Amino acid sequence: MSSTKGKIRVLIAKPGLDGHDRGAKVIARAFRDAGMEVIYTGLRQTPEQIVTAAVQEDVDVIGISILSGAHLYIFPRIIELLKEQGATDMLIIGGGIIPEIDIPKLKQIGVAEIFTPGTHTTKAIEFVKQRLQGK
Amino acid sequence: MNDRIKSEQQRWKNKIASSAVKRHPKRKEMFTTVSGKPIKNLYTPADVPDFDYLTKLSFPGMYPFTRGIQATMYRGRLWTMRQFSGFATAEESNRRYRLLLERGQTGLSVAFDLPTLMGYDSDHPLAMGEVGKCGVAVDTIQDMETLFNGIPLDKVTTSMTINAPAAILLAMYIAVAEKQGVKPDQIGGTVQNDILKEYIAQKEWIFPPQPSMRIITDMLAYCSREVPLWNTISISGYHIREAGSTAVQELSFTLADGIAYAQAGIDAGLEIDEFAPRLSFFFNSHNDLFEEVAKFRAARRIWAKLMKERFKAKQERSWWLRFHTQTAGCSLTAQQIENNIVRVTIQALAAILGGTQSLHTNSKDEALAVPAEEAATTALRTQQILAYESGVANTIDPLGGSYFIEKLTNEVEEEAWDYINKIDEMGGMIAAIERGFPQKEIMEAAYRYQQAIEKKEKIIVGINEFLMEEEEQPPFLMIDSEVERAKQIKKLQALRQQRNSAKVEECLKRLRIAARGKDNLMPFILESVKAYASLGEIIDVLREEFGEYQEPSVF
Repeated sequence: MSSTKGKIRVLIAKPGLDGHDRGAKVIARAFRDAGMEVIYTGLRQTPEQIVTAAVQEDVDVIGISILSGAHLYIFPRIIELLKEQGATDMLIIGGGIIPEIDIPKLKQIGVAEIFTPGTHTTKAIEFVKQRLQGK
Repeated sequence: MNDRIKSEQQRWKNKIASSAVKRHPKRKEMFTTVSGKPIKNLYTPADVPDFDYLTKLSFPGMYPFTRGIQATMYRGRLWTMRQFSGFATAEESNRRYRLLLERGQTGLSVAFDLPTLMGYDSDHPLAMGEVGKCGVAVDTIQDMETLFNGIPLDKVTTSMTINAPAAILLAMYIAVAEKQGVKPDQIGGTVQNDILKEYIAQKEWIFPPQPSMRIITDMLAYCSREVPLWNTISISGYHIREAGSTAVQELSFTLADGIAYAQAGIDAGLEIDEFAPRLSFFFNSHNDLFEEVAKFRAARRIWAKLMKERFKAKQERSWWLRFHTQTAGCSLTAQQIENNIVRVTIQALAAILGGTQSLHTNSKDEALAVPAEEAATTALRTQQILAYESGVANTIDPLGGSYFIEKLTNEVEEEAWDYINKIDEMGGMIAAIERGFPQKEIMEAAYRYQQAIEKKEKIIVGINEFLMEEEEQPPFLMIDSEVERAKQIKKLQALRQQRNSAKVEECLKRLRIAARGKDNLMPFILESVKAYASLGEIIDVLREEFGEYQEPSVF
């Protein structure tokens, strides 16, 4: 993957109508402090806008923050659009209020990991670094 | 006397305490509040020198109201137990409201879904996946009628958490009350209607600040004449705190928002005493009991001073800082969720000791989903136990006079004044928001807090200490948004067929003309909702006239 200067490029995206962006901003900041290049989409992005931004910015990771409960609609739609764009090598991770019972469903469609409330930022950082090793 | 205390304190420090410290060294280097404020080992009369009881505290119901706004406080009437609730369709939420009222709740508090909060009808493409999810979907007055079916609006007061579209939901409520035979001057309740904290923290805005403030001042003017018992703005620190601010930031930014509304009302030609008595506040209550109590007490003192000295309000009611409290959703953990009941109890206790007028206690499962019925009942029972069993409501301001609480109240007040002055220097809250000042301060605090947890400077049970193998998560209230959306769309489409479209068009046209001019928008919104115009249709007109806000995004 074409990471400039070997830095991991991350898109932090906030889909849907929910405006609770504390988690998105904290993780964006933590990734940046961990040496990654972070692009934050801002609020209320449609899946189309998120995928367009991810492809344009040629990111390695898409981090989706969602607290509204719309995750079972948002994630599949993003993954479907990524496939249409041929961008299937991006690591998709998510965070927010996502019930345990929904996590296997999300993983099944290609979400690499879901970080629920209480997760340390270091855990997400390690996860991304490990998964992108050798890329 | 004072010299004797001083010499005894020296003796205590040098002899007694210093030898004790050798046996029991400090557990950690710094002791701080949840907000990171350093706390000393002991507070004594030396921390509140020249303490003037009448200036700093006085009596309950007397300026500066540090001890409470009413002379009798909870001995006269307990706080209102007002549980925030709403999900799925109006029918289902109506059932939950009736259940809560039956179980002893004393006021209603409506949670709307995200499309409603953002001014979209349920059939809008952006509403996909969100209808009925975190609140109830309301598209037209028809949904509002269903929502309050069988609930007498002259007997129950209702708080509606709605901001950018607040004028429309209030208009629907007024119209539904009229249908029940209840006049506008008989209904009581609150619309949150605090757009400034949306730009700062919760981010559910539609229009830019100036037209948003115009809608608000139109509501202030309209309600002071027509709906005198309605609380027109609930100036909210809750969301600021949830976004990660400190207690002092929550207090300062909320009061600075209050200043901006008061000024906007005056600039719109209103007398301060016409609308200030209907301004109320909404605060968060986090885990640090004493810091929260100090915050509530300082809030009353500052607001009274602002109203009396800065805005020259004459009526005592204008000086009162009346507030609702909700326990801190952000403090709840998704791990070992039973522990959340204990957190909520401590937070609710802080609100009561701080003199709240109404209270929402969170349910233990809120870090996971919308509360299940059993969890919502326990949350209400928590308040009832505090009210009736604990004895904390027996006397007014029971912590008043504690050296620690008084010192902390003074410090919180001083730090809040510093922020308020700084925002004044920037040209007021709207200018500060446009510079991203409060947003940035909150972001910094949120990040510091997260770091403190990860470095274990702060211990959160079940998060960074005392971990357990997790049991399976309990069953939640699962809402299938697509089912809800389909139901709502069907209702909305049927209504669009039945209503008098020409009348809807005419009402919306008149609203558009009013939006372009200076007329008060409320009567035009009211006639539009009565003609069954939908929320989305009304907002579309206003959005076309007023434009949409674009956020300066920082992290």
